[in-house]
Amino acid sequence: MSDLTKNLDHVDNTEEFEVLEEAALPKVDEFKRFVRVFFRRKIVTFSFCLLIIIVLVAVFADFVAPHGFNEHNLRYTLQPPSAEFLLGTDGLGRCLLSRIIYGSRIALLVGIAAVAIAATIGTVIGLIAGFSEGIVGGFIMRVTDAVISIPPLVLMLLIATIIGAGVPGVIIAVGVATFPGYVRLIYGQVLTVKQNDYITASRAMGDTKARIIFKHILPNCISPLIVMMTMMIGTSIMIEAGLSFLGIGIVPPTPAWGSMTRDGYQHLASMPLLSIAPGIAIVILVFACNMVGDGIRDALDPKLRGSLD
Amino acid sequence: MTNYIIRRLFSCVLLVILVSMVIFMLIRMLPGDPIDLLLPREDMIGLTAEQLQAHMDALRAEHGLDRPLPIQFGYWFINMLQGDFGRSIVRGFEVGPELANRMAVTLFLGSLAFIFSIVFGILLGTISAIRRGKWVDTVATAIANIGITAPAFLIAILLIYVFGFRLRLLPIFGYHLPWRGDFVQSIRQTILPVFVLALSPMALTARQTRSSVLDVLNQDHVRTAWAKGGRERAVIFRHVLKNALTPVITLQGNNVRLIFGGSAIIESIFVIPGVGRLLVDSMLSADYPVVQAIAVVLTLITVIANLIVDLLYGWVDPRIQYS
Repeated sequence: MSDLTKNLDHVDNTEEFEVLEEAALPKVDEFKRFVRVFFRRKIVTFSFCLLIIIVLVAVFADFVAPHGFNEHNLRYTLQPPSAEFLLGTDGLGRCLLSRIIYGSRIALLVGIAAVAIAATIGTVIGLIAGFSEGIVGGFIMRVTDAVISIPPLVLMLLIATIIGAGVPGVIIAVGVATFPGYVRLIYGQVLTVKQNDYITASRAMGDTKARIIFKHILPNCISPLIVMMTMMIGTSIMIEAGLSFLGIGIVPPTPAWGSMTRDGYQHLASMPLLSIAPGIAIVILVFACNMVGDGIRDALDPKLRGSLD
Repeated sequence: MTNYIIRRLFSCVLLVILVSMVIFMLIRMLPGDPIDLLLPREDMIGLTAEQLQAHMDALRAEHGLDRPLPIQFGYWFINMLQGDFGRSIVRGFEVGPELANRMAVTLFLGSLAFIFSIVFGILLGTISAIRRGKWVDTVATAIANIGITAPAFLIAILLIYVFGFRLRLLPIFGYHLPWRGDFVQSIRQTILPVFVLALSPMALTARQTRSSVLDVLNQDHVRTAWAKGGRERAVIFRHVLKNALTPVITLQGNNVRLIFGGSAIIESIFVIPGVGRLLVDSMLSADYPVVQAIAVVLTLITVIANLIVDLLYGWVDPRIQYS
């Protein structure tokens, strides 16, 4: 056994191998390839432009919006669309278009921040659980089960209330409520990848756990992780909208699309635009996020490279 | 395997106890004191501060809220095991029977939506993966995208506007179970809520199925199966689908949560007397016993769903071993 190890060490230390590898493979510009594949589909390019526009509108909302988001005008309540108010006004005489424009800030902020929190926690925990044998892995998955098993609505409201309702509370609540999904995804992926022979080979060659995780397991998790994250940006925006719609998320006068839909619902028969327009805004943003994520997946997936390049 | 199931059932029991403890503690941190809501305004007129305090303390003792938290939890948990869920503080009804009535409605609608979503989700996802880039794929992906991108309440509002206000085809609110009263009316009331509940889980299932079937289609054993001259149906079902299902099954635990979490929104919009609506109402009025009972029942559902998901892993992927 020790002879074998010595031999392996000897082989491993020979520099020829590395020189050969470097020379044999022509260097591919990964970024150029990524861009080429990413912009191949028209709908992805379109969604990418759409997303850029939404981000710009959110950043420059002060200049784009015709009115302030909380500018009451009781003489113009429930106006139909006109030149002054392009989408009409709500029950307090506020410009609907302006409120939707300001609402994009809230939606983008909540979506991105919540996914960042959930994906980071979830991936780290999932890798640890999948890679540690026996007690530790089992324990982590049981704790994850516990968090998963708490009804999300109960959990999110409790967290949001403890941190304090409003935007930061909702972000952390959505993040904590969604991270177990990532843990389970990564855990399942690690279990499958671990069965492969090259992991055994890598371990036999004396690679450290950290090296195996970063070199072999993490790259195999990236593709499903990105698909999940893109799904979850949209989903997080929708969870926030759902909480706000129920009246327990982001509350007025902050212009959240969910609570605007809720307020407009009272006037559905007479002014359907009041509740449908903010809802459509959610659809457009979530659609753009999902399509861009789809494009990223196609461009990143090594298995699809042959067919698309 | 039997050992595994027994151990998992045991840990499920521990899990439910743990979760109910955490929820029990956290709920006490909710803003608002139910005793405040309970105190009639007329009683407060003409009372001194001390008299008011005494009055509130008496009410608190009546509902057992004056004892230390661990004792309260112990009493509540033991009573619950004996089938006594306590009384609503704010509205006074017995929680047990009320919960059973409402749970029947939520479970009925939720199960229908779940079955609908899983059947059509896998079907759509598989078809669009096999016919990648063809028009079937485009249509199926478009349907999936609508389900993923449109929030349930928007779909519900649009459907209410079209079928309720414009076409006047379907009722826009109210619900009773098919075996309790007018059968046809009940079916008409079921269509919209079940469709809205199922749409998003169906879309997620379709999307995940498509992506993992695409992964498996490129693998060697599938090429071998084609090369052996296997018929399309046999190759897809025996070689592709069974291997592609692991991530799809992982998703189903999540979808059960999604459906029962979404029931709060759907039940609020369609004015359905289910558990979700009761949960939100009780949450806002800090009605401790009701929230606790619903939380435990919903926890039980998700725990069982997760156990089934874990057992299904081994069935579709024998490489995963239970020990």
